[in-house]
Amino acid sequence: MAEKLFGKAMKRVEDPRFITGTGNYTDDMTLPGMVHAAMVRSPYAHARIKKIDTSKAQAHPGVLAVITGQEMKDAGINSIPTGWLHPGIKTPPHYAITFDKARHVGDIVAAVIAETRQIAEDAAQLVEVDYEPLPAVSLGSEALKPGAPAVHDDVPDNVCFTWSIGDKEAVDRAFASAYKTVKLKLRNNRLVPNAMEPRASLAQYHKASDEYTLWTTSQNPHIHRLLIAAFIMGIPEHKLRVIAPDVGGGFGSKIYQYPEEIIVLYAAKKLGRPVKWTARRSESFVTDSHGRDHETVAEMAVDQNGKITAVRVDTIANMGAYLTTFAPAVPTYLYGCLLAGTYTTPHIYCHVTAPFTHTTPVDAYRGAGRPEATYLLERLVDVMAHELGMDPVEFRRKNLIPPDAFPYQTPVALQYDSGNYEANLDKALEMVGYKQLRQQQEEWRKQGRYMGIGVVTYIEACGLAPSALVGSLGAQAGQWESALVRVMPTGKVEVFTGTHSHGQGHETAFAQVVADELQIPVEDVVLVHGDTGRMPYGWGSYGSRSAPTGLSAIVLATRKIIDKAKKIAAHLLEAAPEDIVHENGKFMVKGVPDKAKTFFEIALQAHLAHNYPADLEPGLEATHFYDPKNFVYPFGTHVAVVEVDPETGKVKLLRYLSVDDCGPVINPLIAEGQVHGGIAQGLGQALLEEAVYDPEGQILSGNFLEYTLPRADDLVQIEHDHTVTPCPHNPLGVKGIGEAGTIASTAAIANAVMDALRPFGIVHLDMPYTPEKVWRAIQHSRLAQAAD
Amino acid sequence: MAEKVQIKVVVNGVEHHSEVEPRLLLVHYLRETLGLTGTHVGCDTSQCGACTVHLDGQAVKSCTLFAVQADGSSITTIEGLGSVDKLHPVQEGFWEMHGLQCGFCTPGMIMAAADLLNRNPQPSEEEIRHALEGNLCRCTGYHNIVRAVQYAANKMAGKVGVAADD
Repeated sequence: MAEKLFGKAMKRVEDPRFITGTGNYTDDMTLPGMVHAAMVRSPYAHARIKKIDTSKAQAHPGVLAVITGQEMKDAGINSIPTGWLHPGIKTPPHYAITFDKARHVGDIVAAVIAETRQIAEDAAQLVEVDYEPLPAVSLGSEALKPGAPAVHDDVPDNVCFTWSIGDKEAVDRAFASAYKTVKLKLRNNRLVPNAMEPRASLAQYHKASDEYTLWTTSQNPHIHRLLIAAFIMGIPEHKLRVIAPDVGGGFGSKIYQYPEEIIVLYAAKKLGRPVKWTARRSESFVTDSHGRDHETVAEMAVDQNGKITAVRVDTIANMGAYLTTFAPAVPTYLYGCLLAGTYTTPHIYCHVTAPFTHTTPVDAYRGAGRPEATYLLERLVDVMAHELGMDPVEFRRKNLIPPDAFPYQTPVALQYDSGNYEANLDKALEMVGYKQLRQQQEEWRKQGRYMGIGVVTYIEACGLAPSALVGSLGAQAGQWESALVRVMPTGKVEVFTGTHSHGQGHETAFAQVVADELQIPVEDVVLVHGDTGRMPYGWGSYGSRSAPTGLSAIVLATRKIIDKAKKIAAHLLEAAPEDIVHENGKFMVKGVPDKAKTFFEIALQAHLAHNYPADLEPGLEATHFYDPKNFVYPFGTHVAVVEVDPETGKVKLLRYLSVDDCGPVINPLIAEGQVHGGIAQGLGQALLEEAVYDPEGQILSGNFLEYTLPRADDLVQIEHDHTVTPCPHNPLGVKGIGEAGTIASTAAIANAVMDALRPFGIVHLDMPYTPEKVWRAIQHSRLAQAAD
Repeated sequence: MAEKVQIKVVVNGVEHHSEVEPRLLLVHYLRETLGLTGTHVGCDTSQCGACTVHLDGQAVKSCTLFAVQADGSSITTIEGLGSVDKLHPVQEGFWEMHGLQCGFCTPGMIMAAADLLNRNPQPSEEEIRHALEGNLCRCTGYHNIVRAVQYAANKMAGKVGVAADD
């Protein structure tokens, strides 16, 4: 029998094209007759558009069209809808090109289509827009103040929605009778996702058949097709094909329906020529949906035994100027429902107010709500442990959900299906040498060196998710996933998945599993994704759902193939189907190894159907639509060790260790790679990254000169291991691993930095911990101590 | 529009004579004029390094040069570094060590790493991290990129297939 590939660190089949520069990203494509779009974007965060004069741009040599919002509205192009609704939510329109007001810097006010990109960009500067600048607001809490400038005229108080979860009265009672309470005011800094490939879209219109093709940088091409067809442009869904070819990272930012995709489709039909648009990075900074941006008051209560009795959270979650596709889900169900963490906290209440502001829209960014929840909870745990005079690890241990408590019903809706948190914690502590680290920390402090140790025990809910459940919570989408497994006459296999790989290595990992299931060589399997013209309907990849939902669908489809193959084999071998076993790559009569057919022989006969069961359809392919029974619940322990230089404020990462539990690991190379990358993004939030707006809505960190992405020398080699607690409700027991690193690492590094600063009496600082911020805090503390 | 300028460049061993606008960036010349789309554009401020190529044997960010500045020079892009049949050791290292995920930064990262090994055949981890500071990757956390470069250094030194931190 072929070697079992599940669990093998196979090199990726994707890589040869990428390492030789022969990948096929959207901007790499050129079509005959292709022309180029450039956007005219508002330089103001808030302005009334009094007049647009396109005449100079129109007259510029090489310009083919200048498109305004009014033109598109008159042509019947509708607003871009949001995909998640809460009761009472305000959903003001979001037109691809705005025509009344600009509501954030970067809002599109016109589009220029020209023979070359250079001409389009030149001519975009010739479009004369008469703006009347209006007062703007960029901070969520400012937008909620009486008299704040309204982002949308029909939402005068800027409140998009309010949301809450948990029993407030029970929580208030727990706080009233608490032994100790702690309270933190914290800001979860706004981030720019910054996938390395800027967004790009290329549209083609086929006049003879009235069909459109859109190549675009997407994590979920079917969602785009559905939104564009049914809601925005009225294109019959079967007349629009959306292809997401090689996509250079997403991290959430390529989930959403963006204006530029609508504009190039509209222009392609108008001009009868393919139209391409590619973002400049400076456009990405102001138009890719941002992440995080919370202002929160978080409180924790404990009893005298050091058991957490309640958590109370009040958050202002900045939505930006418009609601993008999943924005309302992020600071609500993906946030408040995670506030139990790994702990037995009996009472939790979370209230969220989500205002509009004159800033770039905010939606899911890697982790999406769960890093925000984990950050505040794990900060509270560390601060409380300090209040109690306990080691933060021992305080955690006292409150962990015990392994015999599963399935565990939290007070915030989720029911955790499985977990073994303490064993995972112990493994991490042993690997990192926690006791020795604490001793070393003591010694260093005597020498005037400031080491900090941050430990986080995290849980995440991912693998979205039972469709009826998410529907009841407001999703305007299902969250099942599809697979089509097609066996060719020669026994080669095409696997079509509704999920999308944009760095996650599905072409390798999914093929490993299919090869195992069908007992065929992995080289005989190819994964097809990212093309609505080829795959069954699927919901795409985000929320660490590809393995738990997409791969589950694939596995169940392969099992249908095997069932059918057994019937064909039984006919060929003149045996009963129930006597056929699938072993060693063959279908054989049980106990009679000589009587066997290979997968190829069965595939061929399924297509010839010359010698074939009378009651069986020819062909060998199977589709499966898999609706998960629950979320999946990966968990783990992360430990960060940092040193703070008090003279410069510089934080240096000394060590980083993670022990993650994503269930059985399909491909350790890929899974660990996901953890590494997630940790780097979490480190970015903790130490380096922040989308800074001035009060008038101008972004001050709008390019890589001012917005600091983690670089190679900001990181260390990551120490990693895992525990295995299978998910009890999907066929392989697998859980997601794409977001875990980010969910845990921000909090782990934050706790480490605060631990390092404890000798200065510093309890909390908001991220990112830039040298300047840390240095100022230390100086302030020293001055205060000197004054005492 | 400014008058076009005649340039001659050798790219991946092939001589090209082209008329280009003076403002045309080298990266756009490679991608759009020559169709060599392996060299990527990830930013507009020369920070990300996705456009790194070798110009007369040295790594340069091809978005910081005009095509006319490359007149008379010899350029190697990712397409010319090695092929699937005959990978450069750095390409091989990236594959072996899972030094890439989405693949977008990868060509620039490989060109920068190859340049480092030309200058410093046995770099320390710290030297590798320092040398790759000008290349941004959002996927890998650089862990496996470091290992990929170590793999290539070992391979080039004749120590085949040794994963440096194992």
